[in-house]
Amino acid sequence: MRRGIAATGLIAALAMTAAACGGDDEGSGGSKGGKLSGTVTFWDTSNDAEKGAYQKIAKGFEKLHPDVKVNYVNVPFGEANAKFKNAAGGNSGAPDVMRTEVAWTQDFASLGYLAPLDDTVALDKADDYLPQAAASTKFKGKTYAAPQTIDTLALFYNKKMLKAAGVEVPTSFDEVKSAAKKIKSKSGKTGLYLRGDDPYYYLPYLYGEGGDLLDTKAKKVTVDEPEGAKAFSVMKDLVDSKAAVTDASDGYNNQLNAFKDGDVAMALDGPWSIEGALQGKQFKSDKDNLGVAPAPAGSKRQGAPQGGWNLAAYAGSGNLDAAYEFIKYMSSAKVQQQTTEELSLLPTRTSVYDVKSVKDNQMVQFFKPAVAKSVQRPWIPEANALFEPIRLQLEKVLSGKSSPEKGAEGIGDAYRKLLKDYK
Amino acid sequence: MAVETGQSVVKAADVQSIRGRGHRPGKKPGRLRRTLTTHWYAWAMVAPVVTVIGVIVGYPLVRGLYLSTTNANEANVERHIGVNDIPATYESVGLDNYQAILSDGVFWDRLSWTVVWTVSCVALSFTLGLALATMLNRKLAGRSFYRMALILPWAVPAFVSVFTWRLLFNEKKGLLNKILEGGGIDAIPWLNDPTWAKISVITVNVWLGVPFMLVAMLGGLQSIPGELYEAAEMDGANAWQRFRHITLPGLRTVASTVILISGIWTFNMFPVIFLLTRGGPGDATEILVTYAYRLSFVVSPRDFAGSAAWGVLILALLSIIAVAYRRALRKQGEVW
Repeated sequence: MRRGIAATGLIAALAMTAAACGGDDEGSGGSKGGKLSGTVTFWDTSNDAEKGAYQKIAKGFEKLHPDVKVNYVNVPFGEANAKFKNAAGGNSGAPDVMRTEVAWTQDFASLGYLAPLDDTVALDKADDYLPQAAASTKFKGKTYAAPQTIDTLALFYNKKMLKAAGVEVPTSFDEVKSAAKKIKSKSGKTGLYLRGDDPYYYLPYLYGEGGDLLDTKAKKVTVDEPEGAKAFSVMKDLVDSKAAVTDASDGYNNQLNAFKDGDVAMALDGPWSIEGALQGKQFKSDKDNLGVAPAPAGSKRQGAPQGGWNLAAYAGSGNLDAAYEFIKYMSSAKVQQQTTEELSLLPTRTSVYDVKSVKDNQMVQFFKPAVAKSVQRPWIPEANALFEPIRLQLEKVLSGKSSPEKGAEGIGDAYRKLLKDYK
Repeated sequence: MAVETGQSVVKAADVQSIRGRGHRPGKKPGRLRRTLTTHWYAWAMVAPVVTVIGVIVGYPLVRGLYLSTTNANEANVERHIGVNDIPATYESVGLDNYQAILSDGVFWDRLSWTVVWTVSCVALSFTLGLALATMLNRKLAGRSFYRMALILPWAVPAFVSVFTWRLLFNEKKGLLNKILEGGGIDAIPWLNDPTWAKISVITVNVWLGVPFMLVAMLGGLQSIPGELYEAAEMDGANAWQRFRHITLPGLRTVASTVILISGIWTFNMFPVIFLLTRGGPGDATEILVTYAYRLSFVVSPRDFAGSAAWGVLILALLSIIAVAYRRALRKQGEVW
């Protein structure tokens, strides 16, 4: 019965939005019956360097739909997940549209917090999405989000510093280590900043050794196989040999500051930091000094995790029609082109890559093939919960309290506790 | 005032009950009824407070106790989100949660660090507070200035202090390491090494806790009659003897209370740990309450039942400590 009501409501909503937006795609929202109105609250998670551009873009929706007010709220990445869950679970204060990290989408969807977007206006030209990006929006056969941007980790390097030390851009962690030695002897600076506080940065090392967190097909935990331990020992070796510096807290800011101030020559980072890095004293007047290369390979292969952001509608939103329309706008080719031009973020639409300004963007030129090769993470509701055990063990291993083998074992044990039907 | 009112009510009630029950002699009113009729006025007076406390303390407490015996988590509690109506599907699991917690090393690790953290914070802030109070209890130039300055940490909102300390502690850009660098000493990984992180959180908490101790001790010191010191001086007692045999016993009632209070506060001192290190590096500085928070707000799906069970255990621990502490004091002749 409830389902019946929901379906009727959905059809009614569809009919209304179809009426409002039929015809001209860039239409001003229409002036006759069924036009969109009210407020759309949008929680954005972009960082300090990016948020100005995003706010401007979000507000651009008001020009298309003059009766809709966009309430733009920037929620720091670190708090966004918990904040959304508090609001959504407690049924008060949740936004209409939320920018969710790719690994949050299934989590939120499995808890019933998100509205399915299949057959709504939100999923406009869905064939245009990169298959990899689209994969992160699905849960149990339904689509719960529209991909907004896709990314992966890469090696950011300071061209001048590498040149001064007479080293080539490293393609493996072994080369990072030897390059760091030369950099240290030439300038006294450290080679690499290694994020010791964020489990996400364990993944390139793990994939590099040919390992993975889980085998979702065979329902098997694979992180505690020898590759997982090897990944830890590579990280620890970089820190112990002074090729890398690390922190157990405040890593994001420390890394960005160390890199843009020239205290370290290299860092593993993603496109979200391009804008911030370019504002630093090493790159501000000399943007070409910033080099980006594929994440270094481990002993088996090169592999960086696929990341990115999706746009999802809160199931309890009082203004779902406007929310769908807003998602459609924010993931449209035009807006994606704009975010690429202003922030060097990667589009999720294949068509946008054909636009000249996007094609010519240096960062896109680099990141596009990197993203194409990036490793997909397990798209399961627990995907986000997989990080906490890594964080705990990462600290133990890097501080020498635990061996790499013990560390990998610890993660595996935690995963088996978390994922009941995995062996 | 209150006593007088009570008595008059007692008299009135007695008269009434005698009149009212005139035709059934021999049968005395029930005990409950008697207390109710005798003290109805007092009950009426406290009723609003009892109701409010029942709603804001009692209900969550009972609810927490109940949740801790179930397997409730974010995925199986009842939710109404727009068109999605999700019914509750959690069920009772008896004492399984407690059994799981108590048989897991995590609890005992966290408990032992929480005890170390509480004892060292309270001991240090008490000692410092007492020392400063003793110094400030003398007549010295600018005394009120010093008193104001020492209260300052208490006047600043805790999160502001903690964030300021976090900036000071930053390993690469922080002021503390810059100072050490100037002195030719290697940078200390304040918040990045488990041991240093523990020292750091204790330092910050002591810094925040000293003003409270200082004020309480100062009050205690001023209540000790000056004649005692004069008499002791006449008897030839030196400064240490005076401190040992007059000041300390004179402060005992105040001291025992503030130690208990600050022990409970520190045991549950969420903001300092959470804002300074988030329980890190790893889980080195995680105390029981920050772990309970982690269970119900950080892990996914949020483990409400587990978190509730941790909460109940924390409450039980604190109750036991408080009762034992009172007993110990009573044995020493304190009335508390």
